[in-house]
Amino acid sequence: MLRPRIIPCLLVRNKGLVKTRRFTDEKYVGDPLNAVKIFNEKEVDELMVLDIDATSGQTGIDFKLVERLAAECRMPLAYGGGVTTVEQASRLIGLGVEKVTLSAAAFRRPELLREIAKELGSQSVVGVIDAKKKRFGHRWEARILNGRSGTGRCPIELAREFEDLGVGEIVLNSIDHDGMMDGYDLELAERIRSAVGIPMTVLGGAGSVKDMHSLISRLGIIGAAAGSLFVFKGPYRAVLISYPTIAEKDVLATAASTTGK
Amino acid sequence: MIGILNYGLGNILAFVNVYKRLHLPVKVVREPSDLKDVEKLILPGVGAFDHAMKLFNQSGLRAPVEELIFNGKTPVLGICVGMQMLADASEEGELPGLGWIGGRVTRVAAESASDLVRLPHMGWNTVQVSGNSTLFRGLEVDARFYFLHSFYFAARQEEHVLASVEYGNRFTCSVGKEQVMGVQFHPEKSHHFGEKLLQNFAES
Repeated sequence: MLRPRIIPCLLVRNKGLVKTRRFTDEKYVGDPLNAVKIFNEKEVDELMVLDIDATSGQTGIDFKLVERLAAECRMPLAYGGGVTTVEQASRLIGLGVEKVTLSAAAFRRPELLREIAKELGSQSVVGVIDAKKKRFGHRWEARILNGRSGTGRCPIELAREFEDLGVGEIVLNSIDHDGMMDGYDLELAERIRSAVGIPMTVLGGAGSVKDMHSLISRLGIIGAAAGSLFVFKGPYRAVLISYPTIAEKDVLATAASTTGK
Repeated sequence: MIGILNYGLGNILAFVNVYKRLHLPVKVVREPSDLKDVEKLILPGVGAFDHAMKLFNQSGLRAPVEELIFNGKTPVLGICVGMQMLADASEEGELPGLGWIGGRVTRVAAESASDLVRLPHMGWNTVQVSGNSTLFRGLEVDARFYFLHSFYFAARQEEHVLASVEYGNRFTCSVGKEQVMGVQFHPEKSHHFGEKLLQNFAES
């Protein structure tokens, strides 16, 4: 039986790890390689590393860092940040990254997704959608460049478009819930989930394993990603890396299998 | 010595690191002369079938590797697309496969009796071992591996199926014929389960 994926998401800035709240208010949380070593010991399902300077800070892809992370990772690694060409995506896969994620570049030139999927296979291309709720009604907007720039696009339509272009997975990241640890945006996650026929991962808002349980019991076999939950402990956001136990993950897997989705 | 075939695709370093942790001798094979002290081979692979076949055909490694496998009886383990390359052909591409094990690479069915089956098949799944291959020794019960694929190896002969997996429907996820073997999942990214499988390959 396929199990839901419980995925720590690490944000890289200037070779260090940070964690944000609503895409700002960042806090330094440590060294990326050290974090990978700890997550190895905890046998995590998958790891997502996003370089939040690569595009918006125009620093480009730090291939050296990615190579060191990929070599250290004993679990599958998804990398995002600064990918604008097929050659870069191909080089990342060659360094040992399993999945390359795109956001701003996919928005600027959607055909890039198709080109990468053709060369590397759909399973290696992920479309990331950073979504922010609009002030009125049940509507959202996809944003890029760490949330600074609006696109005017509906995340649900964008997810469908990404699927048509050949991506193998959608990552939905909620800007409103980022770092708030107040639960996932279940409504938007469910809408995107039923709009596409490819796997999906939801990020933003997990404050407890219970939040993951709510997501998985509603949406079935899905990726449940989190940043703060796995790097902070307590109300003062003290840095301590953690991950659900095998027993907790078994409960989540059972929840997924009983939704029938 | 285990040789990891580097023809420009796949996570070479991840395999090297697993074997280093296990204290088993390992090297990266880039050209034919690297093959001389190699006793076992790993054929990694990611991406599209034709792209992988093209790179392997152009690498200059195919002929000497086939010589080792068929005349020297050197064991080989194909991983992911590296497993699919062992087949005669693939629905995903036009180039012929290596044809080392009879079969055709086929798209995973996108529906089951009751449900939509989301592709790619992505994540940790339990495999069911069907033969008594040494590859799965100690992994017969409840072993989980990481899968990331939309195509699988449909073996021509049932006796070449070493393990299968259930996702919507049940399909083959490991094949073996004499000393040629393959797994669809990624043992190099499957924690202690994968490490055990790679150790079994090295020590059997």
